[in-house]
Amino acid sequence: MSLREITADDIESLAVGAWVLGTGGGGNPYLPLLNMRALYREGHRVQLMEAVDLADDDWVGTVANMGAPLVGQERLTDSLTLARAVSVMEEHIGHRFRALMSMEIGGANGVRPLMAAAHLKRPVLDCDTMGRAYPEAQMTSVSVGGLTPYPLSAVDVRGLESIVKKVPSWKWTERVARKICVEYGSVAATCQPPRTGAEVKKWGIHGTTTKAIAIGRAVREAQRRHDDPIAAILSVEPGKLLYTGKVIDVARRATEGFLRGVVRFDGLDDWKGSTMTINFQNEWIVALRDEAPIAMTPDLICVLDSVSGEAVGSETIRYGQRVTVIALPPPQVFLSPKGLDHVGPRAFGYDLEFRSVFST
Amino acid sequence: MRRIGIDVGGTNTDAVLIEEGKVIRAVKAPTSEDVTTGILDSLRSLGATGVLKGKGIDGVMIGTTHFINAVVQRRHLTKVAALRLGMPASASLPPFCDWPEDLAALVRGGVWMVEGGHEYDGRPFMPLDEAAVTTAAQEMKAAGLKSIGISSIFSPLDPSHERRAAELAAKVMPDAVITCSSDLGRIGLLERENAGLLNAALADLARDTIAAFEQAIRDSGIDAPLFITQNDGTVAEASQARRLPVYSFASGATNSMRGAAYLSGLQDAMVIDVGGTTTDVGQLKHGFPREANSVVKVGGVRTLFRMPDLLSIGLGGGSHVALDPLKVGPLSVGYRLLKEGIAFGGKQLTTTDIAVAAGLLALGDKAKVAHLDAATCRKVFDEAARLAEEAIDRMKTEAGDVPLIAVGGGAFLIPNKLPGVSQVIHVEHGDCANAVGAAIAQVSGECDQIFKDLSRTEALSAAQGIANDRAVSAGAARATLKTIESEDMPLAYLPGNSVRVRVRVVGDVAGS
Repeated sequence: MSLREITADDIESLAVGAWVLGTGGGGNPYLPLLNMRALYREGHRVQLMEAVDLADDDWVGTVANMGAPLVGQERLTDSLTLARAVSVMEEHIGHRFRALMSMEIGGANGVRPLMAAAHLKRPVLDCDTMGRAYPEAQMTSVSVGGLTPYPLSAVDVRGLESIVKKVPSWKWTERVARKICVEYGSVAATCQPPRTGAEVKKWGIHGTTTKAIAIGRAVREAQRRHDDPIAAILSVEPGKLLYTGKVIDVARRATEGFLRGVVRFDGLDDWKGSTMTINFQNEWIVALRDEAPIAMTPDLICVLDSVSGEAVGSETIRYGQRVTVIALPPPQVFLSPKGLDHVGPRAFGYDLEFRSVFST
Repeated sequence: MRRIGIDVGGTNTDAVLIEEGKVIRAVKAPTSEDVTTGILDSLRSLGATGVLKGKGIDGVMIGTTHFINAVVQRRHLTKVAALRLGMPASASLPPFCDWPEDLAALVRGGVWMVEGGHEYDGRPFMPLDEAAVTTAAQEMKAAGLKSIGISSIFSPLDPSHERRAAELAAKVMPDAVITCSSDLGRIGLLERENAGLLNAALADLARDTIAAFEQAIRDSGIDAPLFITQNDGTVAEASQARRLPVYSFASGATNSMRGAAYLSGLQDAMVIDVGGTTTDVGQLKHGFPREANSVVKVGGVRTLFRMPDLLSIGLGGGSHVALDPLKVGPLSVGYRLLKEGIAFGGKQLTTTDIAVAAGLLALGDKAKVAHLDAATCRKVFDEAARLAEEAIDRMKTEAGDVPLIAVGGGAFLIPNKLPGVSQVIHVEHGDCANAVGAAIAQVSGECDQIFKDLSRTEALSAAQGIANDRAVSAGAARATLKTIESEDMPLAYLPGNSVRVRVRVVGDVAGS
């Protein structure tokens, strides 16, 4: 069994790559990155572990912050609070976690498990349950796998600790946890329903931590060399360039607790004269080029700053930004009929038959 | 209304007299090391033209890069005591946590974190620990600190904890200068706190600079109040500018854009301000520069407050020109143009030399650039135009052709026709547009907060009321107030139809 130390430089890359995999949502990983820099300065280190090295009866804790990104910019989540969410779960189930993992590798939650792991001295697994970011708890590989949707712990820094002890479905996990989160002030550190080693090996989306690090490293090295960072991403990931353009309109609305909206682009360079529209629900969901849908969830639609190669989020995208849109391949688990039920275009209210950018 | 506008730039200090909306006189003087001598010189040369005689002056409006330069150059900074209200949250990311080490070492006088702050919906996050604030102030005093930066969770929504903490600290340290982050506005604790700490670090410099400006005005025999121009194209009274110097960080470029709007009569246009070394491109909306909506780094520190959205490129009247292969900028001779340019007997070929050779400028000795033929000049101008066109296109937010106002001393580099531009407008006094922008500056008020359980219209009108009141208390005449920006952002996850609304209004200075 091999553990590999995640270096300080890996974490810088992880933050950049996780933001790309956030596909517009998941929150900017800047604050978790600051926390990790501080923890590494204090001498903490985190090890990366392969899921295949888990014993079937090992226990694994899945770490995530829930809440509104805006609240997260004022109430900055402490690393100890995330660690506490894990400990509360261990106390509840009476098992020690062998390792921790991300619920979603995309966005800030892609870095947060490391904050808990640094304090608890556990390795972080090279896998997650989304392979990207998604807005709801049932949009995970473990939900598609029909794994037990409880218990869930939710912790607030003021000493509030809750357990969602039992629910009949992942949708209920989402509903009840969301209520607790709102009472806390719309931010909560959570430990998601615990998994066994066997479950993680079967239903985890593997290699996503190293994938995020590789994407981030490609972008950062291209920036240093003044090379094209988009080309750098496409050299490490089998992605597809969909469009290059400029944002000409952003319309946002909050409905049922989500940020939904539409961004319109005008083409530049090879795409001059061609338009693009991307619909979002926190994350980029469906992209239309010249009115025809060309990419949709679960394909990853990534909107990147054309110059820096860094991701652009749906909360902050604005008029005039120069962007490049690429697609990255989706996790296999979401391509089954059940997977598409959970995260296909219809799960987001679009009456479209899923067709992958990568199937042609 | 008679006002003097002064812009203290890197090279020149420009001054204009404006009377009843007309530019009466514009003068230039070299900027001095101590800044105030340059201001005094420019006021003297304005006075020497005789235009200041007779009627009084209603105000002197000064735009200066003095404060931002202090941060960038790490000079004249005050040690700051950081007091954050919000424990037990955010403890792992204390104040100064994302500052460049060299700047933090100069400014960080100590960090105190106590319980307090609010939730997004106005509930207290924790009651303010008043005893801990008093203890902190006693420790700050014992450490010899004199400037305090106070921040609190969600203080843009509810500043009461910051205000109360400031009162308590003032009881212990009556002479301390106190900056509350809520006065600087936006949501985003670290960025707002950073702006507050930078502001607190400028406490001594702001006091001394404003006093020197007032002295310079008095010494020049002018009896008029001093106003300092702000990043958003408005002015603050001297007392407020002394309290919030960070608000004047980027006023130079803003003043140019406002001046361009005024001189051209256009409210919505692109502006290109071509200086000696750099060219700034921005967009005017309703006569004001569009604001940067994102994090802006100042001296390496992430901040989030009112700043104009600008693109700067290395193109100007002093730009180096290489002919084979053709290259214009980004290097520049800057203020040494009159020594180093070929037309002035120097050795470096610059864009100004090209303009002299082409007969566009009557400067220096034309014989010295006679070897530059028309085809060469054309090639250089085409390259400069290409650089400008690219920058304009990057800053445009709409697809169609837009009017472009060209100002600044290097505006001769901008041709009368550019792709994507409906019309290029060169204006009289365009080389002093920055000082004109200072002279015509207005007063603003802003509201940026979250409203719950209100319709969109109700929320917008509530925000407008708050912004109006703030503008009036900053010195605006209520009857002249106009809304120039109104933006609403529904908030994902938050219950009860939460919407974050940002409204900004401006009005004329009351009594002018």
